[in-house]
Amino acid sequence: MALLSKASRSAVADPLLKNNPIGVQVLGICSALAVTIRVDQAVIMTAAVVFVLSMSNSIISLIRSFIPNRTRIIIQLSIIAGLVTFIDEILQAYMYDMSKQLTVFVGLIITNCIVMGRADAFAMQNSLGKSFLDGMGNGLGYGGILIVVSFFRELLGSGTLYGYQVVPQWAYENGYENLGLMVLSPGAFIVLGLIVWLQLQVAKPEDH
Amino acid sequence: MKFLSKILKSVKPKFDEGGRLERLYPVFEATETIFFSTDEQTSKGPHIRDSVDIKRVMILVVIALIPCYLFGAINIGYLNAQALGISRGWVENFLFGMKQISPLIIVTFASGAFWELLFPVIRKHEVTESFLVTCALIPLVMPPELPLWMVAVGTSFGVVLGKEVFGGTGMNIFNPALTARAFVYFAYPVAMSGDKVWAIGPDGYSGATALSIPAAATNADSVALLSAFTQFDYSWWNMFVGFIPGSVGETSKIMILLGAGLLLITKIASWRTMVGAVLGLLGTAALFNLLSPYSSNSMLTIPPHYHLVMGGFLFGTVFMATEPVTGAHTDRGRWIYGIMIGFLTVVIRSINPAYPEGVMLAILLMNAFAPVIDYFVVKGNIKRRKARYAQ
Repeated sequence: MALLSKASRSAVADPLLKNNPIGVQVLGICSALAVTIRVDQAVIMTAAVVFVLSMSNSIISLIRSFIPNRTRIIIQLSIIAGLVTFIDEILQAYMYDMSKQLTVFVGLIITNCIVMGRADAFAMQNSLGKSFLDGMGNGLGYGGILIVVSFFRELLGSGTLYGYQVVPQWAYENGYENLGLMVLSPGAFIVLGLIVWLQLQVAKPEDH
Repeated sequence: MKFLSKILKSVKPKFDEGGRLERLYPVFEATETIFFSTDEQTSKGPHIRDSVDIKRVMILVVIALIPCYLFGAINIGYLNAQALGISRGWVENFLFGMKQISPLIIVTFASGAFWELLFPVIRKHEVTESFLVTCALIPLVMPPELPLWMVAVGTSFGVVLGKEVFGGTGMNIFNPALTARAFVYFAYPVAMSGDKVWAIGPDGYSGATALSIPAAATNADSVALLSAFTQFDYSWWNMFVGFIPGSVGETSKIMILLGAGLLLITKIASWRTMVGAVLGLLGTAALFNLLSPYSSNSMLTIPPHYHLVMGGFLFGTVFMATEPVTGAHTDRGRWIYGIMIGFLTVVIRSINPAYPEGVMLAILLMNAFAPVIDYFVVKGNIKRRKARYAQ
């Protein structure tokens, strides 16, 4: 007995690995570079994106038969913008420091190609439940990469994880130094590139 | 030699198809062809009859680097004696320097060889010898006291991400040795820049490099600054001879020119790239001299012939810019590629206060543009030929 049908399972599972929005489709790279210096930032960003994606997918899927084809982009955009503003306000109210650190990148979820892409390519054609799962899957696929990248960047670049010191003091005393490159954006490019390499080796998507 | 050949023949079956060590065939092949010329024949065109293969070319480059190593070792000892205020003969200086750089060399070759053997074994292609050159270059472009683990990390980065991810020798976009240096430079800036790392003295000993002196001053004449500097002799002649602090191999321009001579006589390196880079550097520096009265930047006052002997420009031009894979491949393209390297070197040195030295970044940037240059040169040729036969 399966919790989900095969089709809906693949709606969640595919974006995690085989059709990952960052690793395979190479979407949403901008924020993957910007908010991956520390794991806690990546986690909050992931939560925000998962929320926006699944909600926007669900809402658009619900009203998809009322959306006129010629103005669909602007309607999708305003729904997404509303959700992003909502999450931005929540962050400012309850996690002010974090929202300061994430700066514009929460607002920029609006222009994240993944959100727009899923809304237009998936939610416009599929039922509510499927669209919700698809949004979840893509959000988690995106966030998974974000968290993995930020794990390596924070560990190697600052010697901490989730803000806690991981690299022991004696290592520094014996000449170990943090990898300054990882704090710069080229570090994110390099880690991301290595992850894509690994992912293509493991997942072997059809068109590669 | 007979003895060696016998050993290799006797172990060969183990590495052949079906043998126990079949997977390690690339390792065997590499060892065999280092000692003996290959009897393998080219199966596809073009055919060129020549006794020189990649291995011999690479070995010649390594030989061209030896003078730089020898002088580098002497210079390290000389600067150390100067810092400690003692007098020492050049033999002791050389031994002191060798003691400093041999760990660098060993670590570089060990980590380089590890990756260079791992990838061919997994991907089943030949071990290429370019890693000998890469690993011979890396210690020469590092400061003499760089911690060894940083050397290992840098070398691994240079070999794996500079070369192997692109498919190995011949496919790389960037010069692997420079990639390694750039990585260490940005990853561990404290160990790779500033005044403290270029000469070995007592703890906390600091010695400004020639380029960092005018970079630190405003509204001053750089030549006057350099001649007023007493810790090191920064006269043009001494910078040419090379008893100055710097990366291991970059200081002596005489030794670099010796290597350049060998590379040019054997036609391994392109003279167009070298001459282009020097012309680009001289021209840009002269232009900046003209502009210097309008700016407070004292880097602009460095005369062209000083630019030539300061920093690692000559080393980079002779040994790195001319690398056949990452440079431009057309003759006209080589001119443009070289001139742009010279131009960018001066621009980065003079105008960007964060980087007193610019040749590394200039070469890497032009590495990225080399295919575009070639593309337009070839396009231009096609167009001209068409115009010629248009009637």
